[in-house]
Order: sequence, then C-alpha cells, then structure tokens
Amino acid sequence: MANLDSNPSKTTKLGLVVPETFTQSSLLELYRKMVLSRTVDERVWTLNRQGKAAIVASAQGHEAAQIGSASAMDPDEDLFFTYYRDIAVLISLGMTPREIMLSFLAKDGEPMSGARQFPLHGAYPKLRVINLSNVVGTHIPQAVGAALAAKIRGDKTVVIVYFGDGASSVGDCHEAMNFAAIHKLPVIFFCENNGFAISVPKHMQMAVDSLSSRSEGYGMPGVEIDGTNITSVYETTTEAVKRARDGDGPTLIDAKVERYLPHTSDDDDKRYRDPQQIEESRRHDPLQLLKTQLEFSGLLTKDIEEQFHADAQSMVNDATDFAESAQYPSIVGFYDHLYSNQHQGSGHGNKNSD
Amino acid sequence: MAIKTLIEAVREGMHEEIQRDERVFILGQDIGRRGGVFLATDGFIEDFGQDRVIDTPLAESSIAGIALGSAMNGLRPIAEIQFADFIWPTFNQLIGEASRARYGTNGDINVPLLIRTPYGGGVRGGLYHSQSIESFFSHSPGLTVVAPSTPYDAKGLIKSSVRSDDPVVFLEHKRTYRLVRGEVPESEYTVPLGKAEVKMEGRHISLITYGLMVHLCAEAARDLANDGISVEVVDLRTLFPIDQETILESVKKTGKVIIVHEDTKTGGLGGEISAVISSEAFEYLDGPVTRLCGPDIPAMPFSPPLEQEFMLSTEKIIDAVQKLVDY
Repeated sequence: MANLDSNPSKTTKLGLVVPETFTQSSLLELYRKMVLSRTVDERVWTLNRQGKAAIVASAQGHEAAQIGSASAMDPDEDLFFTYYRDIAVLISLGMTPREIMLSFLAKDGEPMSGARQFPLHGAYPKLRVINLSNVVGTHIPQAVGAALAAKIRGDKTVVIVYFGDGASSVGDCHEAMNFAAIHKLPVIFFCENNGFAISVPKHMQMAVDSLSSRSEGYGMPGVEIDGTNITSVYETTTEAVKRARDGDGPTLIDAKVERYLPHTSDDDDKRYRDPQQIEESRRHDPLQLLKTQLEFSGLLTKDIEEQFHADAQSMVNDATDFAESAQYPSIVGFYDHLYSNQHQGSGHGNKNSD
Repeated sequence: MAIKTLIEAVREGMHEEIQRDERVFILGQDIGRRGGVFLATDGFIEDFGQDRVIDTPLAESSIAGIALGSAMNGLRPIAEIQFADFIWPTFNQLIGEASRARYGTNGDINVPLLIRTPYGGGVRGGLYHSQSIESFFSHSPGLTVVAPSTPYDAKGLIKSSVRSDDPVVFLEHKRTYRLVRGEVPESEYTVPLGKAEVKMEGRHISLITYGLMVHLCAEAARDLANDGISVEVVDLRTLFPIDQETILESVKKTGKVIIVHEDTKTGGLGGEISAVISSEAFEYLDGPVTRLCGPDIPAMPFSPPLEQEFMLSTEKIIDAVQKLVDY
C-alpha cells in the first residue's frame, strides 16, 4: 500500500508475501487464532441449531480481516469498537473460548454485559473493547469521539472501528467520517465488506464501484483490499495505524470479505442468495489461503496443522461444557448499574406495579 | 450576591467547570467564535482554545455520538444542541446508546455526558423553535433530565450535571434566559440532581411544575393569596428520575394538586406524576388530580394569537386553581 496519501483509492496488490515485520512464529500464531476462531464459530452455530444459543452472527469468512487488523494494533494502547460479527477480533485480543461460550449461552460470568445483551455486546475494558449496541452504525461516531478524546488528551491511542458495508449507508457513518477527517483524528474505519446488508446486495446499497472511493469525499485516504488475505490486511492496517499515530488522521479500509453463512442464525439466505454463489464464496476461504501460503513457505507442517485443530477442538469442547454447566445470572443484580449513584430516583421504577 | 440572568448563570457554571477540570470540553454548532446563538459560551474559545471549544458541522446525531464516545474514553463533554427542536437526530445516540451504556455493559462504562439545549415557547418561535421535548427523554432509565427555573438553580444544576457520571439532558427554557434574574452566589456551590424544591409554601393546593411555568405559577400564587388561597409551588428541577418524595409530601399536606406544564398534555409528565400521586397519596386527596398543560397539537404556532392560545398564562393557572379549590 504505497503512497497512501497521494493516491486515496489505491488498491493494494495481492500477493503471498510474508511481511518483514512478521516472524515465522507470529504468522503461525495468526493462523492458530484463525483456526480457533473458526472452531468456536462453528460450535456456536451448532449450539444455535441445538436450541442452546439464542442468536449467532457468524464471522466465518471474515477471520483474516478481523485477526489481521486487530494484530496490527497495540493491545495496551489502542481502542477497539467492534460490531456483532467480530468473534475473531475478540479471540485475537485474548477473549477465551470459555468467555465466548458464556456470552453465547447468556450465562453468569459473561464478561461484556453480564449476559444482559446479545453475545459479544457491551464492553470489555481489559481488552479495550467497546460494542455498546445492536443498532448498526451507531458506534462509528462513538469511535470518532473516543479518538477525539485521545487527541485532546494528547495520548497515543489509535481507535479502530469495525463495521459492515450495510453500516456504511447509515447517516452516522457519514457524519463520523467527515468529523474525523476535519480534525485529523487517530481512527481507522475498517469496513468488513461482505457485499450484503442482510439480503440487500452491494449494487442496491451504493452506486459507486468501491466503497473506499467515498474517502475522497471526506478528504482522507481510502483503500480497498482483499480482506481474505491476512498479510494484506495486516500491512494495510499497520500503515493506517502509523498515519493515525503520527497525527496524519483517519484512514478508510474497505476489506472485501465473504460471508459464508446467513446474516445471523435467524436469517435464511436461500431466499436471496444463489446457492452456487455461496459455494463459490467458500473458495476464498481465508483459512485455506493462509494455510496454502504457510505450507508453500514451509512454515506449516502437517503436525502443526493437526495440533492447531486438535487444540482448538479441545478448547472449544472444554468451553462448551463449562458454559453449559454454568448458571444463568441471578436476578439479584437486575437493577444494578442503572446510574453511577443510585440515589437518583429513590428506587422509583424498580418494580413492575405500584 | 450578584443578580444574574439565567443564561449568565449557565455560562458561569460551565466556565467554572471547564476551568476546574481539564477533562471537560464543549462542542456544538456555533459555540466557538459565535459564542453560541444565545451566547451561552460567549468568550469560551478565547479562554480555553479551540481544542476544548469545538465548533462542529451541522450534524446533530454525531454531536451526540462523538460526545458519547469521548465520554466513554474518559473526557466529560458538554454538547450543545442549538435548539431542542433539532434534537431528534440525537435520539438514537442518547436513548438507544448513552442511556443504557452503563446497564448494557454491566457497569463497566461511565457516561459523563451532558447535552444542553434551549427549549420551550412564548418567544415567537413557531413550530420549530418552541418545542418542549422533555417527555420523550423522561422515559429512559439511565438518563437524567434537568430543567432549571432560576439562575441559582441553573448554575448549581449545570455544575452537578457536568460532574455526573451519567448522561444528562439539560433543558433551558429560552424565555427564562434573559427574563428571569436572580441571586447567584460568588462562592462555589452545586444543586443536587434528583431533588425538587418547594419554591413557595402553601396550605390549600399544590402546583407541581418546572421551567418557565414555575414563574407563572408563583405569580398566580401571589395573586391568589389576596383571595385567601394559599398555594404551594413545587419546582421539580430534575424531571427524570423524578423526586417523588417532595411531590408526595406537598400533596399530602394540601390534598389538592395541579400539575402544570407547557408541554402537550397527553403522554406528558403530568400523567406520570398524576399516577404516582393517585397510587401513593390517594387517601390524602381532596379533589381530582388535575393537569394544566399545553394543548394536544403538534407544536406551538407562530402567529401571536395562536401562540397565546397554546401558551399557559397566569390567568389560566388562576382559573384552574379556583376551580379545584371550589371542588
């Protein structure tokens, strides 16, 4: 991704390149995380079909985009505004399979919202993750506000905000990008562009060829990349982080990905997608792509590959057992955390009837 | 003590808070060089610089969303929405997001976010510069809605709102800005959120009200005193969550009550307050719980006689009181 500044809509060349910043073990580690994420993802989908997980939004097909970008950030300094499809971002940052299973099964100990919200919503301060709501696109100005706070304070935080192509149509997205560019805020707009807003295809969402071209209208660089190629994602995000950290402002990354499964477990994509197209999308499996790269470079042996899968299965089995045997949250804390200081309202409203 | 207008008190309160706490900053349309269309932030950009006094594009939803994000990342924003009539695009960020951020993160997130906005009519503002918006925001646990009536309260409440770790919608009645003057201490003080105040004590009837209507009710009370009717005026100050205790104490004393607000009647705060009184003070009542409110039309019309038809007045309040006293 050369000359990002001077060429706002430049498309990154795709290539099976191991970035110089990667060591052998770090690229393998990314692959391990992708395998783990996919295994968790497949399991929560199964748990949904078994009637145990009420709702699942799958990240299958998005893993390279999510893990590649998250890995380019500083986990101690930066802030992550995720959305509902970001299982792999959370795994990349260190959320454990046990925690993820608690979230999907809405059990006690769920770390992001105390199981008050849909899975993986709320906040995880230790991992510097915020995902307040289900309302698509509302978090984009919030992420910009967090970046403004970083700039006002003069700290080194860069904010990355994840969203889908559907969210790019929301008015808040426009307002947020405009403001971020005006003030050169340290924020990365990372679009996981799978070409569908639930059922509405790209050509019914926008008249432009590339979502990244919108960046020109805001006065910031935008780049379209192959979001199934983790090295490309990592390199692009690294450059965007550098720009942000150096005070050069925001970047829009349009990462083209595939969505293998319906929008969520409640959706039926057979009503609007050609089965052949879904089948074809799986040919761009980010896991297969990285696996091929790693095997070609001699980094991934059959033994390591088998070990990764066996470890992931074992962790996910453990996590499933753990979450299935966990209790649901007690209603004792039902009214907690309404206000910082519950003096307000004198308990008013804390009951169903007068 | 100095005599100040309500807008001066708001300005002074904000100025002191920005000076006191480096996490406080302010954003909104025309709040910088212009000093705000009502001059609420006059001189701020000179005193605090453009990093802490930020003129935003004309984009209300993101003003709220950006303020919310900055609050979640440790700052204490004061966001101005130029007129309450323009606040609707922020609804999603304030109701859908800010009000439930603490609850939805199981207490992990603080939201020290203050949105202030001029509301209310009687200023020839027509349908889009006169609206009362409080009932829409007073149905969202997690949010605090404040509406001061005096300069003293305005300054004390805005300081408490800046210091609150929860989102606050701060409503300033436009007509009170320069009309209402009052004593404001030079020394540091705050007025607590969530507490109503009895502005005038009385024995025969309670008027529960807020904002500009406090002054009309007080005027009516002074007038009615000449006829031997002793009226108690309760100023809610915080509209949500509401101070039930002060309301009930007053109603239990007088046995008769009118809830007075400029906002349209149906679905307004009056209905909720009435329900609380009926449920908690039924056996003390000596007459029907009564509402005197703006009429059920979309908003206040522009032309003078039409506007006057909408607005409450001292005369309308006196009539309502006499009717209930005679009940």
